[in-house]
Amino acid sequence: MSYQLDFAGLVPYLPQFAAGLWATIELTVISTLGGLLLGTLCAQGRISKDAWLRRSCSCYIEIIRNTPFIVQLFFIFFGLPALGLKLSAWQAGMFAMIINLGAYSAEIIRAGIDAAPKGQWEAGQTLGLTRRQVFWHIILLPAYQRVYPALVSQCIIVMLGSAVVSQISVEELTFSANFVQSRSFLSFESYMVAALVYLLLAILMRQTFALIKRFAFKNPSL
Amino acid sequence: MSLVSLDQVHKYYGENHVLKGVDLKVEAGEVVSIIGRSGSGKSTLLRCMNGLEEYQKGAVIVDNQSVENDDYKLRLLSRSVGMVFQNFNLFPHMTVGENVMLATKLVMKKSSAESEMLAKELLEKVGLADKFSAYPGNLSGGQQQRVAIARSLAMSPKVLLCDEITSALDPELVGEVLKVLEKLKQEGMTLILVTHEMNFARDVGDRVVFMNQGRVWETGQSDEVFSNPQTEELQSFLAAVR
Repeated sequence: MSYQLDFAGLVPYLPQFAAGLWATIELTVISTLGGLLLGTLCAQGRISKDAWLRRSCSCYIEIIRNTPFIVQLFFIFFGLPALGLKLSAWQAGMFAMIINLGAYSAEIIRAGIDAAPKGQWEAGQTLGLTRRQVFWHIILLPAYQRVYPALVSQCIIVMLGSAVVSQISVEELTFSANFVQSRSFLSFESYMVAALVYLLLAILMRQTFALIKRFAFKNPSL
Repeated sequence: MSLVSLDQVHKYYGENHVLKGVDLKVEAGEVVSIIGRSGSGKSTLLRCMNGLEEYQKGAVIVDNQSVENDDYKLRLLSRSVGMVFQNFNLFPHMTVGENVMLATKLVMKKSSAESEMLAKELLEKVGLADKFSAYPGNLSGGQQQRVAIARSLAMSPKVLLCDEITSALDPELVGEVLKVLEKLKQEGMTLILVTHEMNFARDVGDRVVFMNQGRVWETGQSDEVFSNPQTEELQSFLAAVR
């Protein structure tokens, strides 16, 4: 059994790979920002004094964390139009990634919030801050700092998970690899390139997050 | 009207009756030390004065405001009552200056320039003018506690509650914190401290309140209480801590 690798055969398809890569980067950046924002708001919702808000946030988080991503994606893309909400493949993919990261990051961030010493809340309260001000100014940043490694991993999982949105024809990196292999019949090479690019993206993401960490958390330790 | 006035305050933790009808009045400018064994309810009493703990019966009036479980009223009250904690509770992600300025900006709505001036002035007062840009994590315990004092002074409170503020410090760092308290007393600040520093209570404090079993067991002028304790419980307590 012998197989001759033919990467040269992929050269004509470089524009496809580039377009796919760019789409994956766009999906990742937007869903990371949107997902972390959503996760932060839900984490805040889960410690709210309003029982109704607390329950809705828990409900959302548990539903997303206990169902497969691809089902969530199909539900949004194929299911929601039945309710009158028609989204393009791109919008549906983006939406699915945001609500997915939102749920997972909410739980991670909440762990960081729970670990905040009670004295931090009390100190803020005795200084006359509102509960909301204490949360945003005092509790949140150290909470991120505590759970930062877990948060980074989750963002990378979502980036890798973006491959799934090719299933609803979002033209990202995996979609490109699929397309190229169906045209060139170089499936081994196509997917090898895709895998390598994902690997590099993950490494790049980790390094970006490490850089952000240096600027965001200047205090020596918690 | 006294600055701080507690009238028959009762506090329960479930079945546990922690404060059993505490009466206490503190006048402006007084330095009152609350002493007693652990579990006697002294910290709880202090925390009832600024709403960190609810009480179930009685009345707490501070600076003519009733202390109730109402977020808005407690926020108003926090301008009159400062608190310093055993574990400093500085905000680790903010510099010393930012710690002191946070409430002046967010609560008092002072401008950045005004807040900074005030913060520098207060840090100067506690002897830490050079630490404005340092992070709490890089300071000693004594320094952190002095920052915490400056932070609560930024709200220009009428009374400062100190909850065992030297208990988490190495012995050699206790003095620098007590010196700041002495200075505040000279400036006329009202101080209520839960403390284990008997020397400080005797030499600097005006009045001592001895808590036992959830009650004010014995109270009086500091020198009298220490030189001539009336009750057996206080006698044995003082014998134990000396």
